[in-house]
Amino acid sequence: MAVIRDVMPAFELYQPTSVADAQKLLELHGQDAWVLAGGLDSFDWLKDRIRKPKAVVDLSGIEELRGVRTVSINGSEGIEIGAMTTLTEVVNHPLIKQKYDLLAQAAEVVASPQIRNQGTIGGNVSQDTRCWYYRGGWPCYRAGGNICYADTPEGRNREHAILHAERCVAVNPSDSAPALIALDAKFVVRTRKGERIVDAEDYFIGPDIDITRLHILQPGDLLTAIRIPPTWAGAQFYFEKVRDRNVWDFPLMNVASAMATSGDRIDRVRIAVNGAAARPLRLKAVEDAIRGKPRNAATGEMAGKLAVQGAVPLQFNAYKIPLMRNLVKRAVAGVAMEEATWAS
Amino acid sequence: MGFVTWATSPWGQSVPIHIAWFLIWVALIAGLLFLIVHAIWLTYFAREKEFASDASPEVVARIPKHVPRHSLVARVFHWIMAASMFTLLFTAFFPKVGIQFNWVTYHWIAGAVLTVSILFHVIHASFWLDFWSIWPDGTDVEDARRRVRRFFGMPAPPPRKFAKYPLENKLYHGVIMLSGLAVIFTGVFMMFRVRTIFFPRNPYLFGDMTWGLMYVLHGLAGVGLIALIMMHVYFGLRPEKLPITKSMIFGWMDRDFYLQEHDPKRWVVETSSSSTSNSSSSSSSIPNRIEGRGLADAD
Repeated sequence: MAVIRDVMPAFELYQPTSVADAQKLLELHGQDAWVLAGGLDSFDWLKDRIRKPKAVVDLSGIEELRGVRTVSINGSEGIEIGAMTTLTEVVNHPLIKQKYDLLAQAAEVVASPQIRNQGTIGGNVSQDTRCWYYRGGWPCYRAGGNICYADTPEGRNREHAILHAERCVAVNPSDSAPALIALDAKFVVRTRKGERIVDAEDYFIGPDIDITRLHILQPGDLLTAIRIPPTWAGAQFYFEKVRDRNVWDFPLMNVASAMATSGDRIDRVRIAVNGAAARPLRLKAVEDAIRGKPRNAATGEMAGKLAVQGAVPLQFNAYKIPLMRNLVKRAVAGVAMEEATWAS
Repeated sequence: MGFVTWATSPWGQSVPIHIAWFLIWVALIAGLLFLIVHAIWLTYFAREKEFASDASPEVVARIPKHVPRHSLVARVFHWIMAASMFTLLFTAFFPKVGIQFNWVTYHWIAGAVLTVSILFHVIHASFWLDFWSIWPDGTDVEDARRRVRRFFGMPAPPPRKFAKYPLENKLYHGVIMLSGLAVIFTGVFMMFRVRTIFFPRNPYLFGDMTWGLMYVLHGLAGVGLIALIMMHVYFGLRPEKLPITKSMIFGWMDRDFYLQEHDPKRWVVETSSSSTSNSSSSSSSIPNRIEGRGLADAD
């Protein structure tokens, strides 16, 4: 139970200065290792004494994991963001602001300036869920047990999933994740078998695949960088986050879209939402439905309705269905479409 | 390293939550060891089977070329049960050893199929089949005693040939029945923990301790089934057992195998003219019961 704070359990601290060394350490310690990026998610777990790793591998000394650089992706110039690049650096980087502003918008609404100064893009996409039953150390499905305390008649589940719940109803709390999915980003993962590059949407997994993790990283794996191809550079972007406290908070839900239009017709589009399920959801059915349609309120309305099909509310989160419908509607209609009003 | 994984419930109670997953490997290794040891024993150490005197020539003459063993209904049940059992084992344990996929839905559907098929089997076996043929009887026990004594070189008459099912077969059925009923009984209740089409979800149906014990029993029976199914498949593929396996596909076994292993007095073969068309006798359309004593009495 989470009763002891500020006194972390003892562990061996390793501070490698290269990715190779970090990976060797992670492979050496396997399940007993904990990857420390910005520490904002990690120290909660450690101070609450819910996670007691034997070895903590601090990535902050690895320079090659930092910074934004241009790279060739399939013959075109895209960018690569080191996993340890802080969210503030992402927000302020001129190339990101110029070409991939969707990511800058998303990163800018993560928590508070202090947290963005310390938090990293790799940590933001790899952080654990905020379900308080789970984070409180209760033996739920996600913690290896056999029950979901949030999905019970009396469970406090206002922030939980409305889609793709499979025993566990926790949601992914990342703001940058849907933006990266909309930008068709690729995640570079170092594994025991070598480097693996996965689409952003495939980096995240739901409880149907593995109920104890939100992403594909296995013990010994390391996310080293995120690459954004030029496919959506300079496209029309939309990002919106809804949270309880606008000063700083985790999202109740967020939406990100990247769109290319000809006149008022939608040529290409990618939309993703987070906070609706255990993984950020790319809305492929919505993308297919609105491609070729005019970008207006009517298309947004249709997209919103389509997006929430199959949603199953829990006891206290039925509000998320109109929330998601309206967010998708606004993302499709565009930020300038003032007529894209909220509907309950 | 315990066999059961424990956790602290929100109320501070120490409760079991499931078996320790290393038991999967224990069951796999145990199953493999059994296969290896049995194969070595059979190849290098086992003696020829010895049975008491054969059936009378009259009885032998009446045995058809194809001895009916499993009805179509029984065979369909067996293969449906086999398919659901394999699905259950793969969906239960593959994710635990690192092969990740969306397993829960397939698992409860296969569980529902298994449950229905077992219920059907219980009713079918009770009212339409020879219910007692699968349960050990006094002759089995006496013959087992004889076999053990002879194995150790002690004086004992040779055992009689088997009834429809050898004692080992009957014991295996008993063990797999217990394991199967354990996973079904616990599995039906565990369906209340997930969303299915059968019941409204109710994770509070039992207390944490009861649920925990249910998960542990489900897990123990499940890993036990890994070893049991491995043995079953192994015996099904062994050359000397192939006639039995074939009978589960085609419904009959060869006359020669029947006479070699089974006692017509203990396994009364029912046949009709169609199934005895290859027989040297019995051209009647009325079903015949071919049994040593009956024929002797008729004489």
